[in-house]
Formats: sequence, structure tokens, C-alpha cells
Amino acid sequence: MNKALENAWAGLTFIVMLAATYLVFMWVPNEKVMGVVQKIFYFHVSSAWIGFFAFFVVFIAGIMYLKTRDSKWDWVGSASAEIGVVFTTIVLLTGPIWGRSAWGAWWTWDPRLTTTLVLWFVYVACLLVRSALDQEEKRARFSAILGIVGFLDVPLVWFSIRWWRWTIHPNIIESGGKLAISSKMQVTLMVSLLAFTCLYFYLLPKVVRLAKHQSMLREMKEAIRGRLTA
Amino acid sequence: MIKAQAISKRIGKKAIIREMDLEIGGGEFLAILGPNGAGKSTLLKILSLLMRPSEGRLEINGLDAVKEAEQVRPLLGVISHQTYLYDALTASENLEFYGRMYGVAGLTERVREVIKEVGLEFSLHDQVGTFSRGMQQRLAIARAILHRPRILLLDEPQTGLDQQALDILYQVIGRLKAEGSTVVMVTHILDYGLEACDRLLVLVQGKPVFLGNKPETLAGVRETYSLAVSGVRA
Amino acid sequence: MKYWSQVRAIVRKDLQAEFRTKELLSSMLLFAFLAVVIMSFAFDPTREVVKQVFPGMIWVVFAFAGVLGLNRSFLTEKHNDCIAGLTLAANDGSAILVGKVASNLIFMLVVELVSLPIFFVLFDFRSKGSLGLLLLVVLLGTVGFVAMGTFLAALAVHAKHSEVLLPIILFPLLVPLLIAAVQATGAILAGQGFGEWSLWLKIIAGFDLMYLVVPTLLFEYLLEV
Repeated sequence: MNKALENAWAGLTFIVMLAATYLVFMWVPNEKVMGVVQKIFYFHVSSAWIGFFAFFVVFIAGIMYLKTRDSKWDWVGSASAEIGVVFTTIVLLTGPIWGRSAWGAWWTWDPRLTTTLVLWFVYVACLLVRSALDQEEKRARFSAILGIVGFLDVPLVWFSIRWWRWTIHPNIIESGGKLAISSKMQVTLMVSLLAFTCLYFYLLPKVVRLAKHQSMLREMKEAIRGRLTA
Repeated sequence: MIKAQAISKRIGKKAIIREMDLEIGGGEFLAILGPNGAGKSTLLKILSLLMRPSEGRLEINGLDAVKEAEQVRPLLGVISHQTYLYDALTASENLEFYGRMYGVAGLTERVREVIKEVGLEFSLHDQVGTFSRGMQQRLAIARAILHRPRILLLDEPQTGLDQQALDILYQVIGRLKAEGSTVVMVTHILDYGLEACDRLLVLVQGKPVFLGNKPETLAGVRETYSLAVSGVRA
Repeated sequence: MKYWSQVRAIVRKDLQAEFRTKELLSSMLLFAFLAVVIMSFAFDPTREVVKQVFPGMIWVVFAFAGVLGLNRSFLTEKHNDCIAGLTLAANDGSAILVGKVASNLIFMLVVELVSLPIFFVLFDFRSKGSLGLLLLVVLLGTVGFVAMGTFLAALAVHAKHSEVLLPIILFPLLVPLLIAAVQATGAILAGQGFGEWSLWLKIIAGFDLMYLVVPTLLFEYLLEV
């Protein structure tokens, strides 16, 4: 992306983010039962969306890397995995705060929350594997493989937790599953989702560029070392 | 017979092998020389099908090395500085394992035959972990020729070999060559082993800079080599 | 067929090596035994509540003992670069994976068959269901565990500190299988009816299929040098 476009995108992200913040804190009415705590919902859901979307990008980048062997896809995958981990961390931190006032418990083994937790483990592990591999090509290939396997595992995690919880505590799912949302809340949620999506696409090229520069730096160092020893 | 057409290997953005054409005839012995990082090992890995070329076409005995890999693999025997042997198994168990992998007929007989050729017939039932480095290397030679490969690929085979193992290696190469097998050897030692080869290939930065008949004397080889390498540098 | 004779050769080789060194089985068995004993200290076996978490304990011990074995299974292949030797000889790279999965499955089943009675004895647990069904669940659960575990062990072995890395990448991915295995085991041990455990068994079988197929398809990419 060129500089001007990137700046424009940064400006747009800022405006949408500001609008979302205004809607959440000034415009939308408080929820009747939960009060002001419910506002965390907008950030929570948006972060979850970005988390899942980021891991989907990791999956696609993994497939593309194995097909093309172009380092570009490895950078996209690793950048998206990092961003995804950050946003799922936000989900896992805001989830209990929301859950405490919605269900009266910090943590419930609700399929959504639990799947997010498992996902968080999977992708933190992916990042660990990356840092434990020295050779660039191998690191890219293995990360791609893990990104694919991890993403294919998501539905299994989701359904197994759902079936598990259905058989034992079916009512918890009910209480979290259906949310009566007013139209103002819907609008606010949509704008928040849009704002976070903008943020994701603002962050992604920056992290990709970082990965690219790291790799270029390594190549330069290697070249210099080669010159010195020759 | 090996025929490579415009093969390249890129890792990331770096080109290790650049559009190389190479033809190695049946029964020929080619030595590949070059400085560190020239892509010698990569080239040998491509020839042994451990690595896939990023571009280009590789033909071995008229078979496409990528599409018909199944038929090509049994034709190849590889000796590298790693032995590919299991420490916990005995010499005969190691050979029998590889024999089963390749589907060698008359396995027991064949194992005895190759173990004799490398002079380990008295250690047949000893665990490989107890072998000296030289003995392990000799067993690795036996492992590589067990399935009667038509093409022998050697990746710096001299590394860590003692004199006895070296003698056996050259004996084996000589016999295979006499039987019409093709031999390709990568080396960075401009000394022994080169007497027997027919042609030299000097590789610098993934490109052949010299390909031709081997000069008569070792001094001639050294001169050809340094001329070829310095020609690129200058 | 050549594919299966290669798979058989790899299994035979692994069994031969294990028979000689006994490294893998002895450490796995001892670990499993030790874990059962520690569990019985940690959770008083005389309390009724503990009976309810019994199926969970079984699978936790199996999983950790299994990782111990999986870690070793590719270390021997990495030593002397045997994995390259295998790749040179194997017509289809997935034969290597299938062979290693099969031998790891044998090792793990041995460990499970030995440690299950120890569990029952130390916890004085009386099963209300049939033994055959219990063994079926153990077998099915172990297939999935070993399939994914072997694949990731082959991946982790190239990294630094692979012993620590393997459980960290393996366990999150196996959460679905572990949930299903524990549920099925619990239902069978409690002597519940066909409807209670059959669904879980089907789920496990489905997961097994996923954990076998996806690694088989991706293994060629993992093998490249």
C-alpha cells in the first residue's frame, strides 16, 4: 500500500473509531438490567469478530504460502496471528466482566467463550513455534501447516463444547444465546464492528511490513557476513 | 542418465540454484566443486528428490522426477555425511529395514553380500550405536548400494571417513562405475576422490561456471577451480 | 501393495528398536503408574465425588504419558538424519506418517492396558458397564490422539525445546477429542444406556477421521528439507 492511501485509511479508522466511541458512551441507552456494564458488549463482540477473522486470514495465508512459497504470505499469516492473539486476549479479559453482570459468574463454559479460550491457546502456541524455529523457510512452512490445522480444528472445538454443555447444563446456553437488542443497540454494534474491522486493516500492513523488514535485515546481515568471510 | 532443464531453487527471495541446465550421461562420474554456499548440497538434494525444484524440469532415466517420483526413488542411492542409520538396531537389522522399504528381493543374501563388500561381516549382529564413526560410515555405504541403485549420489562423503572407509568408498564407486552406474559427487576437498571422475562442474552462487573434462593432474584441477571461481569474483 | 509393506517395515523397525532399548515403554509405563499414585494422593479415593472425575483422570494420565512417548518417537528419526533416509525410500511420504502412527498406537495401547487395572485397583472403582465397550472407547480415543500427536511431533522435533513445545501445541487442538473421550468413558463406566454413549462414540470416530486425514494430506509439506 502506498503512503497516501495508508494515511487516508488511518484517518478513516480514527473517525470511525471516534464515532463508535461516541455511540457507545453517549448515544445508546443503558441496558435496563445490567446498566452501564453492558457497554463492554460492543467492544467484546467486535474484538471476537476480529479475532476469528484474523485466524481465518492465517488459514488462507497458510494455504497460499504452501502453494506459492512466497514469503509475503508468511508475513501476512504471522502478522494476522499476532493481531488475532491480541484481540482474543481482549475478548477473554472483557468476557468475564460482562459475564459477571449478565450471568452472575465470572466464567461460564459457554461454547463461545470456551472456543475463544482454546483458540487463544492454539495461536499462542503457533507464535511459540515460530520463535522456536531458526530457519526462515522451515518456520514459514511449519507456521502455515499449523495455521491450517488450527483453523480446521475450530469447528470441532465449537461443536464438542456445545454437545458437552447441552447434555449437562443446557440452560446456560439459553441465557447467553438470545439477546434482546434494541435498534439503537444494533446500530451501535454495527458501527463498533466496522471500527474494529478498519482497525484490523490498519494494523495488518504495519505488522506485515515489520516482518518484511526483519527478514530483509537478516538477509543483509547474511550478505555482509558473506562478504567479510570471502 | 540425469537431465536437468532450467532448474531453479528459491528459498524465500533468495535464489540458491539459478536456471541450471545439466546433463549427466549413464556411467559417467561427475564431481561438483564450489565454495561454501554455492548451492552444491541443494543441487544434490534436488537430484535425490529430497527437495523439489522451484522451477524447471528434472528427468532421471527418462522419467519425470516430480511426477514419476515413485519409479525414480529406487534408482537412487545416496551417501551423505549423515548415515541415516538407527543406533538401537544392529547392522543387519538396519540393512533389512531399508531392504524392506525398497522391496529388495532375496534380502538375507543381499545383506550378506553388501556387508562383505564394506568389510563388516563380523559385526553383522552388533548394535550400530556401538560402532566407531568409520564403521558407521562403511555401513552407510552398504545401505546406499543395498537396492542396486543405478545412480549414486554422494554429498561430501569424505567428511569424517577414515582411510579404510575411504578405500572402501572408492572401491564401491569404481565397481558401480564399471557396471555402468552414474556417480555424482559433491565435495569441497580438492584432493582425493577426484582422480576417478570424468568431468568437473564448478558451481558459484547457484550457477555453473565451469563444466568440462577433468584435467589430467590434481594441480590442473586446482588451477581450473581457482580460475573458475576467481573469474566470477572479478 | 508397496505402500503397506513400507508401513509394515517402519512399524517392525520401531518395535525392534523398542524391544532392544525399552526406553519408550519403560518411561511411559513408569510415568503412568506414578501419575495414578499421585492422583490417588491428591484425590482421596474413598470419597464418592472422586468416582465422578475418574474418567477424566484416566484420560489426563493417558494424554501426558502419551506425549512422553510421542516426543521420543521422532527424536530417533532426527538422529543421524534417518528421516531423510526414510524420505528417500518411501514412495509416498504419508507412509512414514502412517507407519509412525501405527507404532505409536501400539506403544500407547500397551501403556493404557497396563495402567487401566492400576487405576481400578488404587481407586477401588467398580465399573457398571461392559469392559469391551471401555476398551473400544480407549482404542478409538487413542487413535485420534496418536494421529494428531505423531504429526505434530514430526513438526515439533525441528524446533528448539521440542519436548516442551509438543504438549503446548497438541493439547489445545485435542480439546474436542478429550471432551468426547471423557464423556463416553464416563457414560460407559456408569453403565448408562446405548443412547448415552453411542453418540459420543460416533463423535470420537468422526474426530479420528479428521485427525487422520488432515495430517496425511499435509505431511508431504512437512517432510521437505
